[in-house]
Amino acid sequence: MTSQNAMPTYLGMPSFPDAAREAVADARLRGNLAHATGTIRERRAAAVAELDDWEALRESGKQLKDHVLANLGHYLRRLEEKVTEAGGTVHWARDAAEANRIVADLVKATGETEVVKVKSMATQEIGLNEALAEEGIAAYETDLAELIVQLGHDRPSHILVPAIHRNRSDIRDIFRKEMPDAPADLTDAPADLAEAARRHLRAKFLSAKVAVSGVNFAVADTGTLVVLESEGNGRMCLTLPETLISVMGVEKIVPTMRDLEVFLQLLPRSSTAERMNPYTSAWTGVHPGDGPRDFHLVLLDNGRTDTLADEVGRQALRCIRCSACLNVCPVYERAGGHAYGSPYPGPIGAILSPQIRGIGSDVDASLPYASSLCGACFEACPVAIDIPEVLVHLRARAVEDGPRHPVERAAMTAAGWTLRSPARLALAQRAASASRRIVAPRGRIRRLPGPLNAWTETRDAPAPPKESFRAWWARTDGGRTDERTEEGQ
Amino acid sequence: MSAREEILRRIDGIVPARPAADVAADYARVDRGYARRHHEDGVLDLLAERVADYRATVLRASEADLPRVIAERLAARPGAYGVPSGLPDEWLADVPAELVRDPAVADLDGLAGAVTGCAAAIAETGTIVLDHGAGQGPRALSLVPDYHLIIVRAAQVAPDVPEALERLDPSRPLTMVSGPSATSDIELSRVEGVHGPRTLEVVIAE
Repeated sequence: MTSQNAMPTYLGMPSFPDAAREAVADARLRGNLAHATGTIRERRAAAVAELDDWEALRESGKQLKDHVLANLGHYLRRLEEKVTEAGGTVHWARDAAEANRIVADLVKATGETEVVKVKSMATQEIGLNEALAEEGIAAYETDLAELIVQLGHDRPSHILVPAIHRNRSDIRDIFRKEMPDAPADLTDAPADLAEAARRHLRAKFLSAKVAVSGVNFAVADTGTLVVLESEGNGRMCLTLPETLISVMGVEKIVPTMRDLEVFLQLLPRSSTAERMNPYTSAWTGVHPGDGPRDFHLVLLDNGRTDTLADEVGRQALRCIRCSACLNVCPVYERAGGHAYGSPYPGPIGAILSPQIRGIGSDVDASLPYASSLCGACFEACPVAIDIPEVLVHLRARAVEDGPRHPVERAAMTAAGWTLRSPARLALAQRAASASRRIVAPRGRIRRLPGPLNAWTETRDAPAPPKESFRAWWARTDGGRTDERTEEGQ
Repeated sequence: MSAREEILRRIDGIVPARPAADVAADYARVDRGYARRHHEDGVLDLLAERVADYRATVLRASEADLPRVIAERLAARPGAYGVPSGLPDEWLADVPAELVRDPAVADLDGLAGAVTGCAAAIAETGTIVLDHGAGQGPRALSLVPDYHLIIVRAAQVAPDVPEALERLDPSRPLTMVSGPSATSDIELSRVEGVHGPRTLEVVIAE
């Protein structure tokens, strides 16, 4: 099996530097993002500081996830057995296409043409809504932010707050234009916008026969599935329809109920900076007289086993999708989520997407470079994923396996030729110094020529020095005879 | 080869399956150096403070005073209230409003609210857990109406997350409630009530 095209790259998506340059130039987007990430950073720091055993929780979370990954076959078999015992049906999907096929067939078997959806990264990853639409099934996102994104014919730009790039006036405009039952005099007050969404979706909830959800945690020992949310749309979808279909990556397992004590402390504080999110639902199979009569669990590989096979990269599978790494990332804060060309933006997206999809495209080969390696993401991660370590590791893989640029090889060959001879190096250095006034009148080079412009796409290059170190050493005898430069002071 | 066989074959090829006893022994070695609880005393005060932090209304009452407090809360909002079987009759003895015992799901949207008990509460996080057993009703009862009144008995309050989870039966459906329905999706300003109850009131019975 290959993981190529396992997660759709957004159509026509440029590689990260191109996308980021455009985003950085959008002042409104940068304003929305800086406000949002700045706010949530402060709140999260306060929520985490409340627990003096945070580092111990983090260590346990990391170890529990690593333990599951090291024994994944054992726990998947156990989960399947327990979910089945409790009255659920388990399906396995090698890739996105297979998962979408399974869900579409399950929906068709009910005779329905509509589903309500709980916000789910897994179903975004596999492009489920689009696949269902091709089968004539309409999928309605019910999380407020996902609704904003869906009505705006837009893409999510943040794991937790998918419409983080939209401000209140954007949202009012989208609702007025795309929500048929929105009040004509709808204001841009958040409470009014939320009320409009409530009215818009209420009838849908009460009549929907099929729901699709993701899964935050699956307890192998009991077959219990857990979903965390805030609005109650999750509870609506998980309990009111007759059929519930939940899609989860194979890595989302915890061994026992007891382990939830770790993750229910780590996740809300890391993601929304709350002591606990407003609603957490846990269910084990079907419960006669309460909730869906029919429950299906789709276990999704889609590049996860490829990721597991990489001993450095596999730690990305510890991710609990809290999005703390996005909010502390200086690159995300400026470039925004869309620049990452994948449902998983930010630092975690930069290591998860190329591993799930394989480093076969320009987008995926560019993602390991979408970072300053400052390490803030590692500090913030509640399961201690060493994102910088994986980024550096994937950079090496991108050079080995990624799309090769002939100019890169030519440049390396030329550099090798120059560096092998002191005479050639001295000549090259003199030529560089001489070009200084022509190419960099203000001491910075905005655009390097030819293939080298890849470097200056996202940064200015310093001008070559007036005099090379070797030339200075020769002229001044290592600084002992004349400290002035050749041009004087 | 089926998808199941292929995925498991791939996984077993990377991290070979081991005897269950070895997996269990490894699991037992996971470092659990975190605290079982973050506060020792004043658990009820802490619960009251933390639930109120979510902009829920919190009231304290003696068991004897419960009927009067519940009646007052419901009198403040006109309409019929859904109540689950198993909720003590004496709690509702003074309620002037119309009570609908075990309402059908189709009728929930027309109710003014729901009154339920709970299975446990977590003081540290301000969370109340329903397991939808006696006195709590099915999950829809506390979800669809716009108002939810929960009665928490002092003995049901656990100081922190680990001790609360120990008290719960995973085979039951569980709903953890921390404040009213809320969203922060619009410019991160918190708005109470999108799809679930916009008003949550909690009575701690001591």
